[in-house]
Amino acid sequence: MILDIISWAAVGIILATSTAIFINRDWRISLGALTVQYIAAFWLVTRHMPFVMGSVKLITGWMIVAALGITRLGLPAAEDQQGNAFLPRGQWFRLMLILLVALVTVGVTPRIESAIPGLGWQVIAGSLLLIGTGLIHLGMTSDTLNAILGLLTTLTGFEILYAAVESSILVTGLLAVTNLGLGIVGSYLLLAGSAAAEAEEER
Amino acid sequence: MSAPIIWIAIPFAVGFFLLFFLHKRLSPLIGGAVAAILSLTALIFPIDTALLLGAISIKISASIQFFGRSFALNTADGPLIAIVYGLAALWFFGTETSGTANRFVALGLMIVSLLTASIAVEPFLFAALLLDMAAILAIPLLVPIYQKPGRGIIRFLTYQTLAMPFILFSGWMLAGVESSPGAISATVQAGTILGLGFAFLVGIFPFYNWIPMLMEEAAPYASGFLLWALPTFTVIFALGFLDRYVWLRTSPQLSNAIQYAGIFMVASGGLFASQQKHIGRIMGYAAITETGLLVLAMGGRSAEIVNTVFLLLIPRGLELAVWALALSILKRRAYSLRFGEVKGLARKYPIAVSALILAHLSMTGFPLLAGFPPRLALWQELAGQPIYMSFWVFFGLLGLLVALARTLAVFVMAEENTGWAWNETWAQSVMLGLGALGLFVLGIFPQILQPLIVNLPALFNHLGL
Repeated sequence: MILDIISWAAVGIILATSTAIFINRDWRISLGALTVQYIAAFWLVTRHMPFVMGSVKLITGWMIVAALGITRLGLPAAEDQQGNAFLPRGQWFRLMLILLVALVTVGVTPRIESAIPGLGWQVIAGSLLLIGTGLIHLGMTSDTLNAILGLLTTLTGFEILYAAVESSILVTGLLAVTNLGLGIVGSYLLLAGSAAAEAEEER
Repeated sequence: MSAPIIWIAIPFAVGFFLLFFLHKRLSPLIGGAVAAILSLTALIFPIDTALLLGAISIKISASIQFFGRSFALNTADGPLIAIVYGLAALWFFGTETSGTANRFVALGLMIVSLLTASIAVEPFLFAALLLDMAAILAIPLLVPIYQKPGRGIIRFLTYQTLAMPFILFSGWMLAGVESSPGAISATVQAGTILGLGFAFLVGIFPFYNWIPMLMEEAAPYASGFLLWALPTFTVIFALGFLDRYVWLRTSPQLSNAIQYAGIFMVASGGLFASQQKHIGRIMGYAAITETGLLVLAMGGRSAEIVNTVFLLLIPRGLELAVWALALSILKRRAYSLRFGEVKGLARKYPIAVSALILAHLSMTGFPLLAGFPPRLALWQELAGQPIYMSFWVFFGLLGLLVALARTLAVFVMAEENTGWAWNETWAQSVMLGLGALGLFVLGIFPQILQPLIVNLPALFNHLGL
């Protein structure tokens, strides 16, 4: 019972953090929310996986946040996120999108649970929330940091669900390497953009 | 020693070493030599078979265990590895002449070794993860540190990464479908998720928009390498799926869906190529058209699926290498590669322009060139299909031909009294000349590929039976 309550709390945290990542334009808040999000995801992953293997995901996630944070810290403030000007960028619009994802999650979770019994409502809900917000995040941005955050969020959602059906050490390891690779490549792309901007300024 | 160590671990380690420790000018030579040696080794030494050399008996064992799962390369994989590393050697030797960033060879070797691991890993489903890792590793290859990443790069990374969860999850669902084949809704769901995964991975319409963007933003040689390497292994991975799951292989609906996707890629790729004013983007659309032909071949229900697919794959590597090298040489003179800037370059870079035109002709399936025999085989397959399929394939290839005519017109549009010049270096001329010669050789004597591809159907137990 207590475990279930904690799991629902983890789902709540996931909803809050993914909303924060999606709505906020301040990279510090986004990365902070991602850090907390990895804790909630870790909890949901360990519902179906041993603690040690689950902790791989937590540690990897935090390493990614550290890599992105340190890189972003060294960049000039002018490098702040530039969203896609074509799409509405207001916070209310984004909040509506999150609400839509939450509603879809509420509708779909029982159906998935009946199709794949034993996953657990919390695991499915947490996973779908992350996948949904990650995908809309990806759809609404062409900014490097936001795209990486969207990808990481989507992957985390998938990992929660996949951990319930596949607990191979190799897969856990390869997923960790993939996540870490995304974080490092994200840092590289941020640096690349900044080096180009600096070169232009010097001209 | 085991095959995965030779063809996965060693090239990865060499790539890593080249990336961090070696003098940059030497890396194309060393990387190319390593790839060539690995190719020859695969050709000479059969895997998992004892070979007597005088008094010494050599046997390369097929598999190793890694974190509880196995990586296995079998006897049937030998020719495939030889082809892949042989073509990779070609790309690496051309690096110096293309002027591409020196880490190309190091990262290229690591990418090829990861892609080789994708055909070796068991369960084969986990290949999706290795393909994604290869795509991630390709990013520093495409974006130099001094260049702001464009939207094409971000989309490439996004699509390749999104493919992995779809494929992994569909694989898990397919296992369930196999145990209860009557569950129609589960079958449809698994098929849809799998289709989405491969649409992201291969770049099926509308998920191929990153390809022309990438050709515009990144170095043509690095992009060309990626357009060769990733689809090659993705197609092998997809064939593995068809081979593994009975219902995928026997479902007429899925076969139709694959064929329609292929036809749409061929037709739209050709149409868009004919409308471009950027010779890099034209190459991108030509690669899309070629991938469409591969998808179309995979959707065929004949016994010749595997042969046709591999017949298409081998010349593709050479065509893209020659095209990308020629583009890289021209890019030094005309950075944007737009029609306005490449006007009249035929007189200043006659060899690069000739090689580019030959590679383009080969992709349209022009007789006597490398692309012709596989297209002939595909036409033969299409002869048994409804006529509209042949029409749309013809339409796509015609689009490529129109793009070629426009490119050629721009290249020869020199100002009056402009003299001929030879601005390519000797090394560039030799590489382009060899590539062009290869296009003719593969076109006139396609039977030289026979020893390589004759055993490839053995890679798949059920396809083509």
